[in-house]
Amino acid sequence: MAYSEKVIDHYENPRNVGTLDKSDDSVGTGLVGAPACGDVMRLQIKVNDEGVIEDAKFKTFGCGSAIASSSLATEWLKGKSVDEAETIKNSMIAEELNLPPVKIHCSVLAEDAIKSAIVDFRNKQAQKRALSSAGTPEPLPAEAK
Amino acid sequence: MSLKLPIYLDNHATTPLDPRVLDTMLPYFTEKFGNAASRSHSYGWTAEEAVNVAREKIAALIGAKTAKEIVFTSGATEADNLAIKGVAEFYKDKGNHIITTVIEHKAILDSCKSLENGKRLEKDGYEVTYLPVDAEGMVDPKAVEAAITDKTILVSVMLANNEVGTVQPLAEIGKITRAKGVLFHTDAVQGIGKTEFDVEAMNVDLASITAHKMYGPKGVGALYVRRSKPRVRLSALINGGGHEFGMRSGTLNVPGIVGFGRAAEIMKDEWKQESLRIGKQRDTLLAKLRARLSDIKVNGSMEHRLPGNLNVSFAFVEGEAMLMAIKDIACSSGSACTSASLEPSYVLHSMGIGDDLAHSSIRFGLGRFTTDEEIDFAADLVASKVEKLRDMSPLYEMHKEGIDLASVVWAAH
Repeated sequence: MAYSEKVIDHYENPRNVGTLDKSDDSVGTGLVGAPACGDVMRLQIKVNDEGVIEDAKFKTFGCGSAIASSSLATEWLKGKSVDEAETIKNSMIAEELNLPPVKIHCSVLAEDAIKSAIVDFRNKQAQKRALSSAGTPEPLPAEAK
Repeated sequence: MSLKLPIYLDNHATTPLDPRVLDTMLPYFTEKFGNAASRSHSYGWTAEEAVNVAREKIAALIGAKTAKEIVFTSGATEADNLAIKGVAEFYKDKGNHIITTVIEHKAILDSCKSLENGKRLEKDGYEVTYLPVDAEGMVDPKAVEAAITDKTILVSVMLANNEVGTVQPLAEIGKITRAKGVLFHTDAVQGIGKTEFDVEAMNVDLASITAHKMYGPKGVGALYVRRSKPRVRLSALINGGGHEFGMRSGTLNVPGIVGFGRAAEIMKDEWKQESLRIGKQRDTLLAKLRARLSDIKVNGSMEHRLPGNLNVSFAFVEGEAMLMAIKDIACSSGSACTSASLEPSYVLHSMGIGDDLAHSSIRFGLGRFTTDEEIDFAADLVASKVEKLRDMSPLYEMHKEGIDLASVVWAAH
């Protein structure tokens, strides 16, 4: 497979590999793909109080272009608002990395991972709001602190 | 000693030409350029003599009774096509049933499919039984026996598999086919000169072989066609001039055939000691990988296996990404991403290996020119790159957290 220099660069020097605390309610996690299909991406975003993505991490099981697509996605996500992040399309990733036609599905998976992480983050926020609007939570017993 | 990179560990795909073979071939490109079919002058006689010497050497390597049982072709794909289609057409009055296995090379499978679909012989419907293999990649001779009917004309089982290197029980299958009066063909391409093979001892009636998997040149192969007990007949696929006993017309590739003969001669003399050495190197490679890495699975039987083959799945790491990471090693993967079809290996699939592990498989093929230094380098590089890729694999992280990946509901796409 003849890859573009950008794919090879992201593959050899992947940006933002790692794991964020998925129990943190400012973190959204997207896990997409399937081992049997040969690619699984996990993409995580950490959103600050201003709604800006201040950190993004990924781990990917997949071919070189799957790794490059997720690496590029994390690079683009950082510093964007959640709403802006939602506008990232697979075609932008495919174009930036100059993916060959048989590898377009890798960019589709990266877009799915972004969307899935955003959905997870919003669900957590909605849950948090639901909890707080239901009344001030009872103070935790001292021994549980 | 400095290594020449990338290291070549893809000897199932092709082998480098042995320099001794090249030396033998060279005069047949230049001063000895004659057409082996020219009967009227010394150029032709010289070429014909060289072809016959090569025929003798190839016959000797596989235990054929006479050199006339060797029919030269353009390669093993043509030999496989000639065996399957040639037998099917010639013996169509006797029966219409062929038995083969699911792990054969595409040259066999696609030839069989072309008969089934009736593209070649429209008026005659052929039936093909594709025998399964077990988890070790082995064909069961009893299954061959059970599949034979009174319509069966041919059984075709490969000597050794090109992906997982499993060596099939041809001697046992040959006993059965001989007793039942059914012709027995083998695609012997991967196994010749690497494992025991003898057409007499194994009751093989037809065998496909090729020069470029045994340190000879590309573009030349042969079909062994038994001449007595039983005498095997074939319908030719290529007509025009009646070369090769009427079974394969076309001017002979004399330099290629000369090289093929020399390659066979070297193989016959050296294969036993060569296989011992290569087998040791293969075992060293595996031992070194196992010493550094957990969760690696060898695909296929270790007991019945070509000495130069190691097919390993590195769980949680995708094969094409591995090949990119170990680009200083030339090898191949069963991953879908490395195939034109985007399907993972059908051979691994037929052994019941899950698609996840098929995507993670790497095939190393050691050969005559593989050195101990190359094996050490390869083991270190592969181990360190698997570690690196696992560090960025969500599956490995989940596995370490104790999550059973098989129980996760994945969004298949």
